[in-house]
Amino acid sequence: MFAYLVRRVIGAVLLLFIVTAVTFAIFFLVPRLGGATADDLAGRYVGKSAGQEQIHNTAVRLGFTDPLYVQYGRFVKGLVVGQEYNYGTGTEHCPAPCFGYSFLTQQPVWPDLVSRIPVTASLAGGAAFIWLITGVGTGIISALRRGSVLDRSLMSVALAGVSLPIFFTGLLSLSIFSYSLGWTQQGGVNPLDETNPLWWAYDLILPWVTLAFLYAAAYARLTRAGMLETMNEDFVRTARAKGLTERTVVLRHGLRSALTPILTIFGLDLGLLMGGAILTETTFSLPGIGQYAVIALRANDLPKVLGVTLVAAFFIVLANLVVDLLYAVVDPRVRIS
Amino acid sequence: MSEPIEEVQDAPVQRLERGDAFLDVRDLKVHFPTDDGVVKSVDGISFQLERGKTLGIVGESGSGKSVTSLSIMGLHPPGVANISGQIFLDGQDLVTSTREEVRLLRGKRMAMIFQDPLSAMHPFYTVGTQIVEAYRVHNDVSKQVAKKHAIEMLDRVGIPQPDKRVDAYPHQFSGGMRQRAMIAMALSCDPDLLIADEPTTALDVTVQAQILDLIRDLQREFNSAVIIITHDLGVVAELADDIQVMYAGRAVEYSTAEDIFDRPQHPYTWGLLGSMPRIDRERTERLIPIKGTPPSLINVPKGCAFNPRCNYAHLNGGASETDRPELLDTGNGHLVACHLSPQERQKAWETDIKPKL
Amino acid sequence: MTTTDAEETPVVPKIGEELLSVDGLVKHFPIRKGLLQRQVGAVQAVDGLTFNVTRGETLSLVGESGCGKTTTGRLLTRLLEPTAGKIVFEGRDISHLSEGRMRPLRRDVQMIFQDPYGSLNPRHTVGKIVGAPFRLQNVKTEHGVKRAVQELLELVGLSPEHYNRYPHEFSGGQRQRIGIARTLALRPKLIVADEPVSALDVSIQAQVVNLLEDLQEEFDLTYVMIAHDLSVVRHVSDRVAVMYLGKIVELADRVSLYEKPMHPYTVALLSAVPVPDTKRKAKQERIRLQGDVPSPINPPPACRFHTRCWKAQEICKTTEPPLIELKPGHQTACHFPENVDAPAAKAEPAS
Repeated sequence: MFAYLVRRVIGAVLLLFIVTAVTFAIFFLVPRLGGATADDLAGRYVGKSAGQEQIHNTAVRLGFTDPLYVQYGRFVKGLVVGQEYNYGTGTEHCPAPCFGYSFLTQQPVWPDLVSRIPVTASLAGGAAFIWLITGVGTGIISALRRGSVLDRSLMSVALAGVSLPIFFTGLLSLSIFSYSLGWTQQGGVNPLDETNPLWWAYDLILPWVTLAFLYAAAYARLTRAGMLETMNEDFVRTARAKGLTERTVVLRHGLRSALTPILTIFGLDLGLLMGGAILTETTFSLPGIGQYAVIALRANDLPKVLGVTLVAAFFIVLANLVVDLLYAVVDPRVRIS
Repeated sequence: MSEPIEEVQDAPVQRLERGDAFLDVRDLKVHFPTDDGVVKSVDGISFQLERGKTLGIVGESGSGKSVTSLSIMGLHPPGVANISGQIFLDGQDLVTSTREEVRLLRGKRMAMIFQDPLSAMHPFYTVGTQIVEAYRVHNDVSKQVAKKHAIEMLDRVGIPQPDKRVDAYPHQFSGGMRQRAMIAMALSCDPDLLIADEPTTALDVTVQAQILDLIRDLQREFNSAVIIITHDLGVVAELADDIQVMYAGRAVEYSTAEDIFDRPQHPYTWGLLGSMPRIDRERTERLIPIKGTPPSLINVPKGCAFNPRCNYAHLNGGASETDRPELLDTGNGHLVACHLSPQERQKAWETDIKPKL
Repeated sequence: MTTTDAEETPVVPKIGEELLSVDGLVKHFPIRKGLLQRQVGAVQAVDGLTFNVTRGETLSLVGESGCGKTTTGRLLTRLLEPTAGKIVFEGRDISHLSEGRMRPLRRDVQMIFQDPYGSLNPRHTVGKIVGAPFRLQNVKTEHGVKRAVQELLELVGLSPEHYNRYPHEFSGGQRQRIGIARTLALRPKLIVADEPVSALDVSIQAQVVNLLEDLQEEFDLTYVMIAHDLSVVRHVSDRVAVMYLGKIVELADRVSLYEKPMHPYTVALLSAVPVPDTKRKAKQERIRLQGDVPSPINPPPACRFHTRCWKAQEICKTTEPPLIELKPGHQTACHFPENVDAPAAKAEPAS
């Protein structure tokens, strides 16, 4: 078990390392291959009116003239231990993890990202809670009432949920609940602190429900399929033969097995969302990582985009790791091998 | 041995009062409506079983033997199967009882063990947890008491170091040990009726012998009624007092084990005996298979369901193809559903079949 | 007793040409563990088999789960590569032939599988399934593939009209017939049949057993039969090899093995077979083995059977008994074999 754990952690670290290499390659190697020179790259860091000389100086200062592996080494070093940044006039220490400075604001990227993580986490966590309860619940009910009118209507709603994009359901719900009825916020969010947790929830309820609707629909379908399969397993028949109540049979024996694959997907979905729920955050004007990514992309602000990419990748790798370990907790056959 | 058999022999035709036998199944029918038609998995069977006795139900896949046992246990999901007839367990009709009433009997008064002990146990719970669960549904005891009981049961079925093995998961057991654990679980509430559905089919032959011994010993100890369902005539010969041979959802022959093996009367039983190579006899040059394949249960052949595969169907002047033979007593409680006259049957057995086995 | 032996002896020492010979065959599956996935042990699935198969005979490998009989079958057909030892087919060493070099030989060595459901592609018609070997091996047929396939279908007792049907339209026994037809397409010399009838109903088993026997006669086939059902094995085999934990513990002609088994394991195995006869349970005291077969990952030392053997002595735990011929055509690996009273052995009609 310990070896399994250590192996998974090492694997995750290696994977992150590869992600940084690939990301770096996309941002710095690919433009080079496309014919961009060091000066072209540096051109984005200085004003439009800058002269050739100034651009070249910037390129040298930022290290774009160094060989690529030196640049990559510096980049990784910045992530791990921080980096000294040469401003031309002086140097500034950019503490680890250093993603560099925004082209536009000249501010370090990392504190920006950190300030946005809670918003995305609030959105993802709350939505996950809702979709897990409703999605799995719906799936169970549908599976147990297979073929009934209830099953068919629930599954039709689920199909709609899977098919309708967020910007449609999001805007629709906004127009109904916020603009017309005025029940909810039109966007933005209060931070979650000890003073006003209800405000926080009140602000987020609409994005939560909208985002959860999409996922709940998918989870309902998954759970239904999983339950239909496990309820036909021999061990479920054994559980019934013991005289257990139907409730125990379904929840303790059927659902326990059906949930295992759902757990995997849940972990990955949550990891993916932590890297920014772009559509939801944009629709509801939530200052999360997804919105940050959109702003960065529009402005062609490379360091920010790089930062978002790495943070998103980190969450996905982390989620993968957690899922692997949870698997061992859930399934004794993995634990004792 | 002979006296108790007498009692059962007379039973099927004469016993009419409900609940006289411990288990009394009467004209049980289990039909499954499907899009292609009604699958008549069990189409009118009757048998009786006393405590301390073993009934073997023999048949091939699709003969209805497993469906019968699942109906007794009330394990068909509601709305899927149409069940008619009567199943009296100690006088209580299970067919008309509510699902909750039957559930309370399941595991407590009647228990079941299954073919593949690996898939029949939940992979995520320890063996002990699963036995404790079975015991605590029907007994209001603490977890500690139940666990102690589980260890005792594991010890009783011959699992070494039961106090350690109780915390192991099913996949950590060998096939034989898993089946022992299943038996421990089934017997944890001391049921009066134990149904074993192909209990040894998934096991190796030396382990099979151990499990058959175990079932026999435990039956003596607990004095329970046992139904053993199998396709293996060797296994029923080991355990059964009475044997019911099933074909296409109906009983074609029903008698004591001795009669079935020494004086079988139905051509299908002859076919089964001729199909198996015998390790205890001279080796025959050729096996005598039954021609054709078992029928679809949606379109069971008219008349005697076995007639397309029967070598003697032509002797009955067309009756085999039109009339369904009833299961009738041919004397001494030996029941047979066949149109052949006793003389023809006797002749066929003596001249065609017996010498070739 | 002697009369039956005399009657049946002609089948026994078939003085045919040797088709397949196996020498010291070993297959270990490595077990990797820990951080670096180092090999910490091996499943010793097959651990030193030596036997040969004569043209036209049926040799059966019997034993309980974990004895390595299925692995052996896969080695013989070279679906697996042996860890050590030699497989010689028609004088040619095939132990380590590459997939490409092996392909022409696949015509001669075919396999029948246990599961008639899993081994047929559900999306292909019977014609396509049975005709596949012709296409794969680029074999020219006289009247076209379709005709050849239809002849094969008739041969195994199916109707030529089944050509365009799909596997799911057939019963288990019929599916096994389809599998057999496919196997026969290229007129193989050796067929390795892994539990060919154990998934079938009793009445159908007999049909397939008879079919296999008829085909053997008609095409002069050689079978290596892998089975656990000792009754079926006795019916179909000329010689039988009993395996326990990756080793052959006894190898003899059928009559000798079933009537005078020498290895205690064989004796126990035979006495454990349930028999459809109610009188036997009263009259015969069984030999009951205790416990289960040990794990092939860590098999007992020396004689692997000593942990369950009622005759085991100190020597069985220290010295491995070699597989030696104690009687003509009867090899046993045991320090204390049964049924070896010298006079009886001499009385065998050896001439």
